[in-house]
Amino acid sequence: MLKMYDVNKIYRTDLIETYALRQFSLEVTPGEFVAITGPSGSGKTTFLNVAGLLEEFDSGSYLLEGQDVRSLSDDARSRLRNERIGFIFQSFNLIPDLDIYDNVEVPLRYRRLSGADRRERIGSALELVGLASRARHMPSQLSGGQQQRVAIARAIAGDPAFLLADEPTGNLDSLMSRQVMDLLEQINEMGTTILLVTHDPELARRAQRNVHLVDGQISDFRAYEPHPSVAGDAGSVGAVRA
Amino acid sequence: MFGYYLRLALKSFGRNPGITALMVIAIALGIAVCVMTLTVYHAMSGNPIWWKNDRLYAVTMDNWDPNHPLIPSRPELPPPEMTYKDTQFLFASNIPERKVVMYSTEGVVSGVGTAPPAQIATRVTTADFFAMFEVPFLYGNGWTAGADRPPQPLIVLSRRENEKLFGGANSVGRTLRWNDHEFRIVGVLNDWFPRPRYYDLNGGNFQTPDDAYIPYAWGSDLQLLNKEENDCWRPEKLDNFRDFEASDCVWQQMWVELPDAASLVRFQSFMDGYWAEQRKAGRFERPKNNRLTNVSHWLRDNQVVDNDNRVLVGLAFAFLALCLINTVGLLLAKFLNGAAVTGIRRALGASRRQIFGQLLIEVGVVSVLGALLGLALAALGLLAVHHMYAAAHLGERGGSQELMHFDVVGVVWALILAVAATLAAGLYPAWRIGRLSPAVYLKSQ
Repeated sequence: MLKMYDVNKIYRTDLIETYALRQFSLEVTPGEFVAITGPSGSGKTTFLNVAGLLEEFDSGSYLLEGQDVRSLSDDARSRLRNERIGFIFQSFNLIPDLDIYDNVEVPLRYRRLSGADRRERIGSALELVGLASRARHMPSQLSGGQQQRVAIARAIAGDPAFLLADEPTGNLDSLMSRQVMDLLEQINEMGTTILLVTHDPELARRAQRNVHLVDGQISDFRAYEPHPSVAGDAGSVGAVRA
Repeated sequence: MFGYYLRLALKSFGRNPGITALMVIAIALGIAVCVMTLTVYHAMSGNPIWWKNDRLYAVTMDNWDPNHPLIPSRPELPPPEMTYKDTQFLFASNIPERKVVMYSTEGVVSGVGTAPPAQIATRVTTADFFAMFEVPFLYGNGWTAGADRPPQPLIVLSRRENEKLFGGANSVGRTLRWNDHEFRIVGVLNDWFPRPRYYDLNGGNFQTPDDAYIPYAWGSDLQLLNKEENDCWRPEKLDNFRDFEASDCVWQQMWVELPDAASLVRFQSFMDGYWAEQRKAGRFERPKNNRLTNVSHWLRDNQVVDNDNRVLVGLAFAFLALCLINTVGLLLAKFLNGAAVTGIRRALGASRRQIFGQLLIEVGVVSVLGALLGLALAALGLLAVHHMYAAAHLGERGGSQELMHFDVVGVVWALILAVAATLAAGLYPAWRIGRLSPAVYLKSQ
């Protein structure tokens, strides 16, 4: 479903070249929940941007649902991003002068859905994140956790195949982090593939697989048992399976 | 998507009201200056009867001093007026569809109620004047050619004079005394201010039309002199009015209306034949220069629009360009300020084209606001120019209305100019922002 082979992403200045991704290869199968971990500067966010078609890469190949994304025009890439990919950011990235409803509506507008279709999808998404009653609130009137839930609603309103989450709990306290992770797991159970970038090993353990990056390369793969919160054992931590 | 983009544009203005206001003001100032300058230029240089440009011709012949042209700096031009005897001969031709010989004089009007006698500018003209120059009538009409010679005591008044003498009532059929002769009023003109006053540029290009019109032959009968230009190039014995009529002095204007190219050629040939005959008799010693000049060329030859006006128009457009360059800078600043939101939109699936379209609509809204404000400023500016012009040049006679003539076509052009210019100015910023990598700005959020 998502296949990257030998992808290189290089940032250049007049004096130096920095490999953000080096010979990076990864396959993600439909419905997987993959955590991407690694120290700062290891290339996690770059990987997410490349995977989300927000950045070009220099060499290698990237197939998304069988399509070679390098050959696509900007229009086609944008359409693919709009219809198949949802983003969740650490700083929420809500548009400050749009209310919650209008924020969730943004990707649906670019998909040119009818008004009725948009209303239905927005209603369902806000219902799922528990914010249907706050639809006409402005982002500044919500807590951080609520804002992140709005961002999740926006990401899933278009029913994407992939959800790319970049440190989605980075600005949240532990309680809210847990709520957001519960929500992501719930979305994953509904069939959406999730790629989660995080520093937090605890959060990474809640994924089915952990891909650890160092200097733009994968240094380690780990697959986990289902998280105890999912399995019903709240007292133990998910064990390494392989 | 248009409605959506429009809504986003309005929200965006709320995000940066200061920058938005600066852009609107910059565009408005540029547009206002352009519209004002163009309107004044148009009022002062336009051909007020352009639709007759291929029919209406000023008739001139060069009878001037063989050794010195009338205007040394422009020796190619014949005198703008003609001798009495030449106009009489050419007027006899049946080739023109309409023909007018005329000049302006002064008369004293009296005999109307208790109004004191007053001097008024009076045009001595042939009957075709009103039809040829498409003069509008409020009441009645002009006179027929039969009333020209022998002259009938008929008079046409301007609307302004009719208001002064009769309080604006329909005065057709009433009588008044003009230079102590009784005249019957046959027509009252409606407002008519051809600017420039192309048919007679004597006394200034933007003089208002005369207040009274009487049949041409009264000029001879009452021995009425031209109040403006009576130019003679050689000493002649001028003991009386008949001597003046027989002289080589130029003082009468002649215009003809020729419906087609064939009649133009025929009348030119008629003039040339007359010129050759007169030359044999010892007149017209300068090279042949018999001209039929249409109104546009007439205005150009008489330098109705001087270079200063053209320079002003150029400067106005340069100012607009300067305003637009500033607007480009402000747009770039505004769009860069919103680049993070643009990055979010790109991440959520907006293509470069969609971002470009959205930003251009924002630019379009700014341009429309700027244009509307610019038009309002231009209207205020023109009102000020109108008052200054009226006070400085026209005194009581009025007639700078043309400066306030804000016609629909002009407004539409101003709007098109503003929107097109601002959209052109906005192309680069909109394109530039659309090309930015969204990831860079998402990080900066």
